[in-house]
Amino acid sequence: MQLKKNIAISDTGFLFDPSTGDSFTLNPMGIEILGMIKEGKSQAEITSHITSMYDVVESAFERYFYDFISMLKHHQIIEGNGEN
Amino acid sequence: MEKIKVTIAASGLNNIDSPGPGIPVIRGIRDSKDFDVRIVGLAYENLEPGAYMHELVDKTYKVPYPSEGSDALMERLKVINEQEHIDVLIPNFDSELYTFIKAENTLRDIGIQTFLPTMKQFEERHKSNLPEFGKKYQVKVPFSKPISSVSDIEKLKDDIEYPFVVKGKFYDAYIAQNKEQASMYFNRISAKWGLPIIIQEFIKGTEVNVVALGDGNGRTIGAVPMRKQYITDKGKAWGGITLDDSRMLDLTHHIISQTRWRGGMELELIRTDKNEFYLIEINPRLPAWVYLAVGAGQNLPEALVKLALGLPANPFTNYETGKLFIRYSYDMICNLDEFMKLSTKGEL
Repeated sequence: MQLKKNIAISDTGFLFDPSTGDSFTLNPMGIEILGMIKEGKSQAEITSHITSMYDVVESAFERYFYDFISMLKHHQIIEGNGEN
Repeated sequence: MEKIKVTIAASGLNNIDSPGPGIPVIRGIRDSKDFDVRIVGLAYENLEPGAYMHELVDKTYKVPYPSEGSDALMERLKVINEQEHIDVLIPNFDSELYTFIKAENTLRDIGIQTFLPTMKQFEERHKSNLPEFGKKYQVKVPFSKPISSVSDIEKLKDDIEYPFVVKGKFYDAYIAQNKEQASMYFNRISAKWGLPIIIQEFIKGTEVNVVALGDGNGRTIGAVPMRKQYITDKGKAWGGITLDDSRMLDLTHHIISQTRWRGGMELELIRTDKNEFYLIEINPRLPAWVYLAVGAGQNLPEALVKLALGLPANPFTNYETGKLFIRYSYDMICNLDEFMKLSTKGEL
Protein backbone atom coordinates (compact mmCIF):
# COMPACT_ATOMS: atom_id res chain seq x y z
CA MET A 1 0.00 0.00 0.00
CA GLN A 2 1.15 3.45 -0.87
CA LEU A 3 0.19 6.91 0.15
CA LYS A 4 -1.39 8.70 -2.81
CA LYS A 5 0.90 11.16 -4.55
CA ASN A 6 0.79 14.75 -3.32
CA ILE A 7 -0.93 13.96 -0.02
CA ALA A 8 0.26 16.49 2.54
CA ILE A 9 0.33 15.69 6.27
CA SER A 10 1.29 18.32 8.82
CA ASP A 11 2.99 17.61 12.14
CA THR A 12 -0.29 18.34 13.87
CA GLY A 13 -2.12 15.65 11.91
CA PHE A 14 -3.88 17.77 9.30
CA LEU A 15 -4.08 15.71 6.11
CA PHE A 16 -4.87 17.40 2.80
CA ASP A 17 -5.54 15.74 -0.54
CA PRO A 18 -4.92 18.46 -3.16
CA SER A 19 -6.59 16.53 -5.97
CA THR A 20 -9.97 16.25 -4.23
CA GLY A 21 -9.77 19.14 -1.77
CA ASP A 22 -10.61 16.74 1.08
CA SER A 23 -9.01 17.36 4.44
CA PHE A 24 -8.94 15.19 7.56
CA THR A 25 -7.60 15.33 11.07
CA LEU A 26 -5.50 12.44 12.35
CA ASN A 27 -4.95 11.53 15.98
CA PRO A 28 -1.36 10.85 17.11
CA MET A 29 -1.66 7.12 16.36
CA GLY A 30 -2.98 7.90 12.89
CA ILE A 31 -0.07 10.26 12.26
CA GLU A 32 2.40 7.57 13.34
CA ILE A 33 0.86 4.85 11.18
CA LEU A 34 0.52 7.06 8.11
CA GLY A 35 4.11 8.15 8.62
CA MET A 36 5.19 4.52 8.43
CA ILE A 37 3.05 3.89 5.36
CA LYS A 38 4.69 6.92 3.78
CA GLU A 39 8.11 5.41 4.52
CA GLY A 40 7.01 2.29 2.67
CA LYS A 41 6.82 0.02 5.74
CA SER A 42 4.87 -3.20 5.35
CA GLN A 43 1.89 -4.13 7.48
CA ALA A 44 4.04 -6.65 9.40
CA GLU A 45 6.62 -3.99 10.16
CA ILE A 46 3.96 -1.52 11.29
CA THR A 47 2.30 -4.16 13.51
CA SER A 48 5.60 -5.15 15.02
CA HIS A 49 6.53 -1.54 15.74
CA ILE A 50 3.20 -0.59 17.31
CA THR A 51 2.84 -3.74 19.42
CA SER A 52 6.36 -3.30 20.75
CA MET A 53 5.84 0.38 21.57
CA TYR A 54 2.32 0.30 23.00
CA ASP A 55 0.25 -1.91 25.23
CA VAL A 56 -1.80 -3.62 22.54
CA VAL A 57 -1.96 -7.25 21.43
CA GLU A 58 -1.39 -8.07 17.79
CA SER A 59 -4.95 -9.32 17.07
CA ALA A 60 -6.56 -6.23 18.54
CA PHE A 61 -4.18 -3.91 16.70
CA GLU A 62 -4.79 -5.66 13.40
CA ARG A 63 -8.53 -5.25 13.74
CA TYR A 64 -8.16 -1.47 14.22
CA PHE A 65 -5.47 -1.34 11.58
CA TYR A 66 -7.76 -2.89 8.94
CA ASP A 67 -10.53 -0.47 9.88
CA PHE A 68 -8.14 2.42 9.51
CA ILE A 69 -6.81 1.16 6.18
CA SER A 70 -10.36 0.66 4.88
CA MET A 71 -11.14 4.24 5.78
CA LEU A 72 -8.01 5.50 4.03
CA LYS A 73 -8.88 3.48 0.94
CA HIS A 74 -12.46 4.71 1.00
CA HIS A 75 -11.20 8.28 0.95
CA GLN A 76 -8.61 7.33 -1.69
CA ILE A 77 -5.73 8.40 0.51
CA ILE A 78 -3.81 5.20 -0.03
CA GLU A 79 -3.50 3.05 -3.10
CA GLY A 80 -2.85 -0.70 -3.26
CA ASN A 81 -4.49 -3.67 -1.58
CA GLY A 82 -3.60 -2.65 1.93
CA GLU A 83 -2.38 -6.11 2.93
CA ASN A 84 1.23 -6.18 1.79
CA MET B 1 6.06 51.64 -15.27
CA GLU B 2 3.15 54.02 -15.43
CA LYS B 3 -0.23 52.44 -15.02
CA ILE B 4 -2.64 52.50 -17.93
CA LYS B 5 -5.80 54.46 -17.17
CA VAL B 6 -8.93 52.51 -18.05
CA THR B 7 -12.61 52.92 -17.37
CA ILE B 8 -14.37 49.63 -16.92
CA ALA B 9 -18.10 49.09 -16.76
CA ALA B 10 -19.28 45.96 -14.99
CA SER B 11 -22.65 44.50 -14.11
CA GLY B 12 -23.46 41.79 -11.57
CA LEU B 13 -23.20 44.03 -8.52
CA ASN B 14 -25.71 41.90 -6.61
CA ASN B 15 -23.26 40.71 -3.99
CA ILE B 16 -25.96 38.85 -2.07
CA ASP B 17 -26.39 35.24 -0.89
CA SER B 18 -26.53 34.13 -4.51
CA PRO B 19 -23.92 36.59 -5.71
CA GLY B 20 -23.27 37.92 -9.15
CA PRO B 21 -19.64 37.93 -10.27
CA GLY B 22 -19.39 41.74 -10.58
CA ILE B 23 -17.72 42.55 -7.27
CA PRO B 24 -15.15 39.69 -7.40
CA VAL B 25 -14.31 40.65 -11.00
CA ILE B 26 -13.88 44.29 -9.94
CA ARG B 27 -11.68 43.27 -6.99
CA GLY B 28 -9.41 41.37 -9.37
CA ILE B 29 -9.13 44.34 -11.72
CA ARG B 30 -8.49 46.70 -8.81
CA ASP B 31 -5.59 44.42 -7.76
CA SER B 32 -3.92 45.03 -11.12
CA LYS B 33 -0.46 46.53 -11.10
CA ASP B 34 -0.82 47.52 -14.76
CA PHE B 35 -4.10 49.42 -14.69
CA ASP B 36 -5.30 52.56 -12.98
CA VAL B 37 -9.01 51.84 -13.09
CA ARG B 38 -12.23 53.74 -12.80
CA ILE B 39 -15.11 51.36 -12.23
CA VAL B 40 -18.56 52.14 -13.54
CA GLY B 41 -21.16 49.84 -12.07
CA LEU B 42 -24.27 48.88 -14.00
CA ALA B 43 -27.12 47.99 -11.65
CA TYR B 44 -30.53 46.59 -12.42
CA GLU B 45 -31.91 47.04 -8.91
CA ASN B 46 -31.68 49.84 -6.34
CA LEU B 47 -30.43 47.51 -3.63
CA GLU B 48 -27.55 45.84 -5.43
CA PRO B 49 -24.86 46.11 -2.74
CA GLY B 50 -22.05 46.86 -5.20
CA ALA B 51 -23.62 50.23 -5.99
CA TYR B 52 -22.93 51.29 -2.40
CA MET B 53 -19.40 49.83 -2.19
CA HIS B 54 -17.65 53.06 -3.12
CA GLU B 55 -14.18 51.74 -2.40
CA LEU B 56 -14.69 49.33 -5.30
CA VAL B 57 -17.22 51.03 -7.55
CA ASP B 58 -16.65 54.69 -8.44
CA LYS B 59 -20.01 55.41 -9.99
CA THR B 60 -23.13 53.34 -10.57
CA TYR B 61 -25.85 53.73 -13.16
CA LYS B 62 -29.19 51.98 -13.25
CA VAL B 63 -29.77 50.13 -16.51
CA PRO B 64 -32.95 48.52 -17.86
CA TYR B 65 -33.25 44.74 -17.76
CA PRO B 66 -32.34 42.99 -21.02
CA SER B 67 -35.89 41.61 -21.01
CA GLU B 68 -37.11 45.17 -21.70
CA GLY B 69 -35.40 44.94 -25.06
CA SER B 70 -31.84 45.43 -26.19
CA ASP B 71 -32.63 48.87 -27.69
CA ALA B 72 -33.50 50.32 -24.30
CA LEU B 73 -30.34 48.88 -22.75
CA MET B 74 -28.11 50.11 -25.59
CA GLU B 75 -29.64 53.58 -25.52
CA ARG B 76 -28.97 53.79 -21.80
CA LEU B 77 -25.39 52.58 -22.31
CA LYS B 78 -24.80 55.24 -24.94
CA VAL B 79 -25.92 57.94 -22.50
CA ILE B 80 -23.68 56.50 -19.78
CA ASN B 81 -20.78 56.28 -22.19
CA GLU B 82 -21.08 59.97 -23.08
CA GLN B 83 -20.41 60.70 -19.42
CA GLU B 84 -17.89 58.01 -18.65
CA HIS B 85 -16.02 57.11 -21.86
CA ILE B 86 -16.00 53.41 -21.07
CA ASP B 87 -13.04 51.44 -22.41
CA VAL B 88 -14.15 47.94 -21.51
CA LEU B 89 -17.54 46.49 -20.64
CA ILE B 90 -17.72 43.26 -18.63
CA PRO B 91 -21.25 41.85 -18.43
CA ASN B 92 -21.49 39.33 -15.61
CA PHE B 93 -24.97 37.87 -15.96
CA ASP B 94 -25.84 34.95 -18.22
CA SER B 95 -29.16 36.61 -19.00
CA GLU B 96 -27.56 39.76 -20.48
CA LEU B 97 -24.86 38.07 -22.51
CA TYR B 98 -26.98 37.46 -25.60
CA THR B 99 -27.71 41.18 -25.86
CA PHE B 100 -24.10 42.24 -25.40
CA ILE B 101 -22.68 39.60 -27.74
CA LYS B 102 -25.11 40.78 -30.40
CA ALA B 103 -24.20 44.39 -29.73
CA GLU B 104 -20.44 43.84 -29.86
CA ASN B 105 -19.93 45.90 -33.02
CA THR B 106 -22.27 48.69 -31.93
CA LEU B 107 -20.38 48.92 -28.66
CA ARG B 108 -17.04 48.97 -30.46
CA ASP B 109 -18.29 51.81 -32.66
CA ILE B 110 -18.76 53.95 -29.57
CA GLY B 111 -15.36 52.97 -28.18
CA ILE B 112 -16.40 50.19 -25.80
CA GLN B 113 -14.47 46.92 -26.03
CA THR B 114 -15.79 43.58 -24.80
CA PHE B 115 -14.23 40.14 -24.68
CA LEU B 116 -17.15 37.76 -24.92
CA PRO B 117 -17.76 34.36 -26.48
CA THR B 118 -18.96 34.39 -30.07
CA MET B 119 -22.67 33.82 -30.63
CA LYS B 120 -21.88 30.31 -31.90
CA GLN B 121 -19.90 29.47 -28.77
CA PHE B 122 -22.60 30.98 -26.59
CA GLU B 123 -25.38 29.03 -28.28
CA GLU B 124 -23.76 25.63 -28.59
CA ARG B 125 -22.85 25.37 -24.91
CA HIS B 126 -26.47 25.98 -23.81
CA LYS B 127 -27.71 23.40 -21.33
CA SER B 128 -30.28 22.33 -23.89
CA ASN B 129 -27.51 21.69 -26.45
CA LEU B 130 -25.19 19.83 -24.09
CA PRO B 131 -25.56 16.35 -25.67
CA GLU B 132 -24.58 17.73 -29.10
CA PHE B 133 -21.75 19.69 -27.49
CA GLY B 134 -20.42 16.53 -25.81
CA LYS B 135 -20.60 14.59 -29.04
CA LYS B 136 -18.95 17.28 -31.13
CA TYR B 137 -16.05 17.89 -28.76
CA GLN B 138 -15.70 14.37 -27.31
CA VAL B 139 -16.58 15.37 -23.77
CA LYS B 140 -18.60 13.16 -21.42
CA VAL B 141 -21.93 14.81 -20.67
CA PRO B 142 -25.09 13.55 -18.94
CA PHE B 143 -28.20 12.85 -20.99
CA SER B 144 -30.16 16.12 -21.23
CA LYS B 145 -33.35 17.08 -22.93
CA PRO B 146 -35.11 20.45 -23.12
CA ILE B 147 -38.86 20.34 -22.52
CA SER B 148 -41.55 22.99 -22.81
CA SER B 149 -44.49 21.40 -21.06
CA VAL B 150 -45.11 19.44 -17.84
CA SER B 151 -46.66 16.70 -19.94
CA ASP B 152 -43.28 16.18 -21.65
CA ILE B 153 -41.93 14.75 -18.39
CA GLU B 154 -44.02 11.61 -18.85
CA LYS B 155 -42.74 11.21 -22.41
CA LEU B 156 -39.17 10.99 -21.13
CA LYS B 157 -39.77 7.84 -19.08
CA ASP B 158 -37.98 5.61 -21.60
CA ASP B 159 -34.97 7.94 -21.84
CA ILE B 160 -34.20 8.79 -18.25
CA GLU B 161 -34.74 7.36 -14.76
CA TYR B 162 -35.39 9.07 -11.45
CA PRO B 163 -33.72 10.83 -9.81
CA PHE B 164 -32.96 13.42 -12.47
CA VAL B 165 -32.11 17.10 -12.41
CA VAL B 166 -34.62 19.77 -13.42
CA LYS B 167 -32.80 22.87 -14.60
CA GLY B 168 -33.69 26.39 -15.70
CA LYS B 169 -32.20 27.74 -18.90
CA PHE B 170 -30.13 30.30 -17.00
CA TYR B 171 -30.25 29.45 -13.31
CA ASP B 172 -31.69 27.03 -10.76
CA ALA B 173 -31.51 23.26 -10.58
CA TYR B 174 -33.36 20.74 -8.42
CA ILE B 175 -33.08 16.98 -8.09
CA ALA B 176 -36.46 15.34 -8.69
CA GLN B 177 -37.08 11.93 -7.12
CA ASN B 178 -40.45 11.35 -8.76
CA LYS B 179 -42.96 12.73 -11.24
CA GLU B 180 -44.68 14.94 -8.67
CA GLN B 181 -41.44 16.63 -7.71
CA ALA B 182 -40.42 16.98 -11.36
CA SER B 183 -43.73 18.76 -12.14
CA MET B 184 -43.38 21.00 -9.11
CA TYR B 185 -39.81 22.02 -10.05
CA PHE B 186 -40.82 22.50 -13.69
CA ASN B 187 -43.48 25.01 -12.65
CA ARG B 188 -41.27 26.71 -10.09
CA ILE B 189 -38.33 27.26 -12.46
CA SER B 190 -40.36 28.10 -15.57
CA ALA B 191 -42.31 30.76 -13.64
CA LYS B 192 -39.01 32.43 -12.78
CA TRP B 193 -36.77 31.86 -15.78
CA GLY B 194 -39.11 30.86 -18.59
CA LEU B 195 -38.85 27.94 -20.98
CA PRO B 196 -37.37 25.58 -21.91
CA ILE B 197 -36.69 23.53 -18.82
CA ILE B 198 -33.84 21.07 -19.12
CA ILE B 199 -34.19 17.56 -17.78
CA GLN B 200 -30.74 16.18 -17.08
CA GLU B 201 -29.51 12.76 -16.00
CA PHE B 202 -28.34 12.81 -12.38
CA ILE B 203 -24.67 11.86 -12.20
CA LYS B 204 -23.63 10.71 -8.75
CA GLY B 205 -20.35 12.13 -7.61
CA THR B 206 -18.60 15.23 -6.37
CA GLU B 207 -19.17 18.57 -8.05
CA VAL B 208 -15.96 20.30 -9.04
CA ASN B 209 -15.53 23.48 -11.04
CA VAL B 210 -12.94 25.23 -13.18
CA VAL B 211 -12.71 28.94 -13.84
CA ALA B 212 -10.88 29.64 -17.08
CA LEU B 213 -10.15 32.25 -19.71
CA GLY B 214 -9.72 31.54 -23.41
CA ASP B 215 -8.08 33.95 -25.84
CA GLY B 216 -10.40 33.13 -28.74
CA ASN B 217 -7.65 31.41 -30.69
CA GLY B 218 -7.69 28.14 -28.78
CA ARG B 219 -5.22 29.15 -26.12
CA THR B 220 -6.00 28.91 -22.42
CA ILE B 221 -4.81 32.06 -20.67
CA GLY B 222 -5.55 30.65 -17.24
CA ALA B 223 -7.49 27.91 -15.46
CA VAL B 224 -8.00 27.12 -11.79
CA PRO B 225 -9.94 24.07 -10.53
CA MET B 226 -11.93 24.31 -7.32
CA ARG B 227 -14.16 22.18 -5.12
CA LYS B 228 -17.00 23.76 -3.21
CA GLN B 229 -16.53 23.01 0.46
CA TYR B 230 -19.64 24.63 1.79
CA ILE B 231 -22.77 24.97 -0.29
CA THR B 232 -25.74 27.19 0.52
CA ASP B 233 -29.35 26.12 0.15
CA LYS B 234 -29.24 27.88 -3.23
CA GLY B 235 -26.40 25.62 -4.31
CA LYS B 236 -23.86 28.43 -4.21
CA ALA B 237 -20.37 28.02 -2.87
CA TRP B 238 -19.84 29.65 0.49
CA GLY B 239 -16.37 28.19 0.71
CA GLY B 240 -14.11 26.46 -1.77
CA ILE B 241 -10.57 25.23 -2.25
CA THR B 242 -8.23 25.13 -5.25
CA LEU B 243 -7.34 21.65 -6.45
CA ASP B 244 -4.31 20.07 -8.03
CA ASP B 245 -5.87 17.91 -10.72
CA SER B 246 -4.16 17.68 -14.08
CA ARG B 247 -7.13 15.87 -15.63
CA MET B 248 -9.44 18.77 -14.90
CA LEU B 249 -6.93 21.13 -16.47
CA ASP B 250 -6.47 18.85 -19.49
CA LEU B 251 -10.23 18.79 -19.98
CA THR B 252 -10.38 22.59 -19.75
CA HIS B 253 -7.53 23.03 -22.25
CA HIS B 254 -9.27 20.55 -24.56
CA ILE B 255 -12.59 22.42 -24.46
CA ILE B 256 -10.97 25.82 -24.93
CA SER B 257 -8.75 24.67 -27.79
CA GLN B 258 -11.53 22.80 -29.57
CA THR B 259 -14.14 25.52 -29.22
CA ARG B 260 -11.58 28.35 -29.53
CA TRP B 261 -13.35 29.81 -26.54
CA ARG B 262 -13.24 33.58 -26.22
CA GLY B 263 -13.62 35.10 -22.78
CA GLY B 264 -14.23 33.85 -19.29
CA MET B 265 -15.93 30.58 -18.51
CA GLU B 266 -16.82 28.28 -15.68
CA LEU B 267 -16.95 24.54 -16.20
CA GLU B 268 -19.23 22.64 -13.86
CA LEU B 269 -18.12 19.03 -13.64
CA ILE B 270 -19.07 15.92 -11.70
CA ARG B 271 -16.26 13.58 -10.69
CA THR B 272 -17.72 10.11 -10.27
CA ASP B 273 -16.49 7.44 -7.87
CA LYS B 274 -14.73 5.89 -10.88
CA ASN B 275 -12.82 9.13 -11.32
CA GLU B 276 -14.56 10.03 -14.54
CA PHE B 277 -15.49 13.63 -15.30
CA TYR B 278 -18.87 14.60 -16.67
CA LEU B 279 -19.42 18.12 -17.93
CA ILE B 280 -22.78 19.28 -16.62
CA GLU B 281 -22.66 22.93 -17.57
CA ILE B 282 -20.54 25.68 -19.14
CA ASN B 283 -21.23 29.14 -17.80
CA PRO B 284 -20.06 31.62 -20.45
CA ARG B 285 -18.55 34.15 -18.04
CA LEU B 286 -16.32 34.38 -15.01
CA PRO B 287 -18.08 32.98 -11.93
CA ALA B 288 -18.70 34.68 -8.58
CA TRP B 289 -15.83 32.71 -7.03
CA VAL B 290 -13.28 34.06 -9.55
CA TYR B 291 -11.46 35.99 -6.84
CA LEU B 292 -10.19 32.63 -5.55
CA ALA B 293 -8.25 32.33 -8.82
CA VAL B 294 -6.84 35.81 -8.22
CA GLY B 295 -5.84 34.80 -4.70
CA ALA B 296 -4.25 31.61 -6.01
CA GLY B 297 -2.08 33.53 -8.46
CA GLN B 298 -4.13 33.93 -11.63
CA ASN B 299 -5.72 37.33 -12.03
CA LEU B 300 -8.15 36.28 -14.73
CA PRO B 301 -10.29 39.47 -14.60
CA GLU B 302 -7.19 41.57 -15.25
CA ALA B 303 -6.14 39.25 -18.10
CA LEU B 304 -9.64 39.55 -19.58
CA VAL B 305 -9.31 43.35 -19.60
CA LYS B 306 -5.94 43.03 -21.35
CA LEU B 307 -7.44 40.79 -24.00
CA ALA B 308 -10.34 43.18 -24.49
CA LEU B 309 -7.92 46.06 -25.00
CA GLY B 310 -5.77 44.04 -27.39
CA LEU B 311 -2.84 44.06 -24.97
CA PRO B 312 -0.59 41.01 -24.59
CA ALA B 313 -1.86 38.55 -21.96
CA ASN B 314 0.65 35.85 -21.16
CA PRO B 315 -0.84 32.49 -20.18
CA PHE B 316 -0.58 31.66 -16.51
CA THR B 317 1.44 28.54 -15.86
CA ASN B 318 0.83 28.04 -12.17
CA TYR B 319 -1.46 28.61 -9.24
CA GLU B 320 -1.41 27.80 -5.56
CA THR B 321 -3.12 24.56 -4.57
CA GLY B 322 -5.06 24.39 -1.31
CA LYS B 323 -6.00 28.07 -1.38
CA LEU B 324 -9.40 28.65 0.19
CA PHE B 325 -12.10 31.22 -0.14
CA ILE B 326 -14.68 31.70 2.57
CA ARG B 327 -17.54 34.00 1.71
CA TYR B 328 -19.07 36.21 4.37
CA SER B 329 -21.94 38.61 4.72
CA TYR B 330 -21.48 42.14 5.97
CA ASP B 331 -23.99 44.85 6.77
CA MET B 332 -23.14 48.14 5.12
CA ILE B 333 -24.70 51.21 6.62
CA CYS B 334 -25.88 53.57 3.92
CA ASN B 335 -27.55 56.95 3.97
CA LEU B 336 -31.03 57.37 2.63
CA ASP B 337 -29.89 60.03 0.17
CA GLU B 338 -27.73 57.48 -1.62
CA PHE B 339 -30.65 55.10 -2.01
CA MET B 340 -32.78 58.05 -3.07
CA LYS B 341 -30.25 59.14 -5.74
CA LEU B 342 -30.07 55.71 -7.29
CA SER B 343 -33.85 55.27 -7.12
CA THR B 344 -34.80 58.62 -8.58
CA LYS B 345 -31.89 59.80 -10.72
CA GLY B 346 -30.70 56.34 -11.74
CA GLU B 347 -27.13 57.06 -10.79
CA LEU B 348 -24.98 57.13 -7.70
